Amino acid sequence: MNGAQRIGKNPAKEYGPLSAKPSIAARFGFVKEVWQYRELFYFFILRDIKVRYKQTVLGALWAVIQPFATMIVFTIFFGKFAKMPSEGVPYPVFSYSALVPWTFFSAAVGSSGNSLIGNSELLTKVYFPRFAIPASAALSGLMDFFIASIILFGIMIYYSIPLSWNLLLWPVLVIPLIILSLGLGMVFSSLNVKYRDIKYTIPFIIQILLFVTPIIYPISILPEKYQRISAINPLTGIIEAFRATVIPDKHIDFVLLSFSIAVSLVIFFLGLAYFRNTEKEFADIV
Amino acid sequence: MQDAITVSNLSKKFDISKLKKETQFREALVNFAKRAVFRGRDVKEEIWALKNVSFKVEKGEIVGIVGRNGAGKSTLLKILSKITYPTSGRIDIQGRVGSLLEVGTGFHWELSGRENIYLNGSILGMKKKEVKSKLDAIVDFAEVERFLDTPIKYYSSGMRLKLGFSVAAHLDTDVLFVDEVLAVGDVAFQKKCLDTMKDLRNSGRTVIFVSHTMSTVENLCPRVLWFDRGELRQDGRSADVIQHYVSQFGETEPDTKFDLTEVPKRQGTGTIRYTGIEFLTPGGQPKKQIYCGDGLKVRLHYVVNEPISKPEFYFNLKTDTGLRVATFGTALSGHEIRTLFPGTGYIDVDIGLLPLLPDRYYLNLWINTCDLLITEHDTNHDGLENAATIEIKAPDPDRSGNDLEDRWGLSKKGIDKWWGATFVPCKWNFDGLNDTGKSVENA
Repeated sequence: MNGAQRIGKNPAKEYGPLSAKPSIAARFGFVKEVWQYRELFYFFILRDIKVRYKQTVLGALWAVIQPFATMIVFTIFFGKFAKMPSEGVPYPVFSYSALVPWTFFSAAVGSSGNSLIGNSELLTKVYFPRFAIPASAALSGLMDFFIASIILFGIMIYYSIPLSWNLLLWPVLVIPLIILSLGLGMVFSSLNVKYRDIKYTIPFIIQILLFVTPIIYPISILPEKYQRISAINPLTGIIEAFRATVIPDKHIDFVLLSFSIAVSLVIFFLGLAYFRNTEKEFADIV
Repeated sequence: MQDAITVSNLSKKFDISKLKKETQFREALVNFAKRAVFRGRDVKEEIWALKNVSFKVEKGEIVGIVGRNGAGKSTLLKILSKITYPTSGRIDIQGRVGSLLEVGTGFHWELSGRENIYLNGSILGMKKKEVKSKLDAIVDFAEVERFLDTPIKYYSSGMRLKLGFSVAAHLDTDVLFVDEVLAVGDVAFQKKCLDTMKDLRNSGRTVIFVSHTMSTVENLCPRVLWFDRGELRQDGRSADVIQHYVSQFGETEPDTKFDLTEVPKRQGTGTIRYTGIEFLTPGGQPKKQIYCGDGLKVRLHYVVNEPISKPEFYFNLKTDTGLRVATFGTALSGHEIRTLFPGTGYIDVDIGLLPLLPDRYYLNLWINTCDLLITEHDTNHDGLENAATIEIKAPDPDRSGNDLEDRWGLSKKGIDKWWGATFVPCKWNFDGLNDTGKSVENA
């Protein structure tokens, strides 16, 4: 019998004893469990992507329109009228290269922040690692990121920007961006279960971040002192690095980037710790 | 014999005061400040959904769980399934676990039948490979081949239920927890579902089965656990336990009044809460038996904790398969209630005639305020799921107490393909009948 075989192979390991207090082993078991449920992640992400593209009239085009339209508006107002310096490239390239990662970040934080309350039916009816919900919500934006990145390529060719080897770093830089947005997404999503007004603060925080991060403006227009304050925001280093892979004369500031990655990791692990501490209550209060 | 499930001293506490308050972050901040300044002690309201429950289930056993609403059955199933956590105690389970608390968990209406089979399967814990190999069997069982690539939003509710059950039926685990989700769809499919459940008995799997239908429990489970107010009251042979349980609560005498003050899980801000619901005759007397086509007065009791303006009271009726049958709401009838001040009160709704087929219906209750200008959304102040049940009996034209249940057939109760969706009151007239008053033999 199939079932009996499984018992022999994996005695109680797939479930393990469950008691009121988590054992040390249970904490390490988390990684293993996430790995066991990797297919669920895949199906959640697939679901989010399929549903989004099926439900909207514009479908996949939406992924392009969002950063592209924002770029046009920024170009008209900040590039043309406000004469914002753009580090030696046309302002559309300058702003779009930051808007692509920014759009991914804001969508990831927004959707993972609201993901738990949006899936309350699942939380109360079936067990799986809760982490799968905010994580898949954040990762499902990768498809949009990919499409928007291809458009960036087109824009660069249009403006005859020489392509450098640095551009190969573009897809790698999305990793710290995911870590950061997932860290924030986990905090917001679990706070959201408990306090329903958090939902209204997420767009507000994202809006503030848009202005304190060098997206519209280059970090170089800030006085030295303010540049250092700006570096506390981990988005600064990551977005600056994204932009440096596109702009020929700009060098990646690896010190700044490493600092931002370190801050992102801290946020991620704090977020994960908070999430893991509160997840037991989700089904009871969601 | 090896024990598959060991539950020792399991308890689960719900702190209602915690659930009621501080659903808004700003409230939490204000309360934190208040506590710091006034050193005020919080009054704790606790409910033990489970108290010191211990039992063992051997490998291959099929165990039924019975008990009234709020007895802790669902809580136990949820703890066993790891959905919610115990306050104290310990559970050991050997082998791979699957739980079916609902049919079609996680179905997405925009996705096709095929996509939903994979999604639902992986949510229930199946591997992609496993689903793939069983896909044909699942589709075959659910009878949806032709619509496999159609988004399930175009399915009928019956088709969705069939698809959900079909995926669940192919879940191959050593230990299975089942809530009363089987017997869905039309009569032919119900039989198929019950047969699947019977097959479980011979599969060597360990099953825990929660149900309200005593005949099903007695049929499927040799052993039954009876839960009463969070405690394990009796554990033994199913015939004995069910006999005790039925004699205690008399299944035939349905509740006419439900106390809603101690419901552990409820939603909303708590500005206003339901405290009870009563089923009355149009004259205001407790209504013990409710027949199809009867008039009914529903009385909703509430308590107001803070002044509230324009509250809207709602409730709906659902079948046990989750189909919403009717929704009643003060605002839906065009009424606007002005400000209510702290204190208690009740409102009545007179339902002239209940066009419902004989079945058990479940009530969801909620109270909203609609402040579109401020929050864009309705604010929910109280929300209760399955807070009460209403048992509707087959029509009894002359109130003689003649039991017509047999005529309607036990398995054909409620909304289904056979009887249709509603009960339409009617009166038969036999004046034109050409009978002689004699039977054939005597003629």
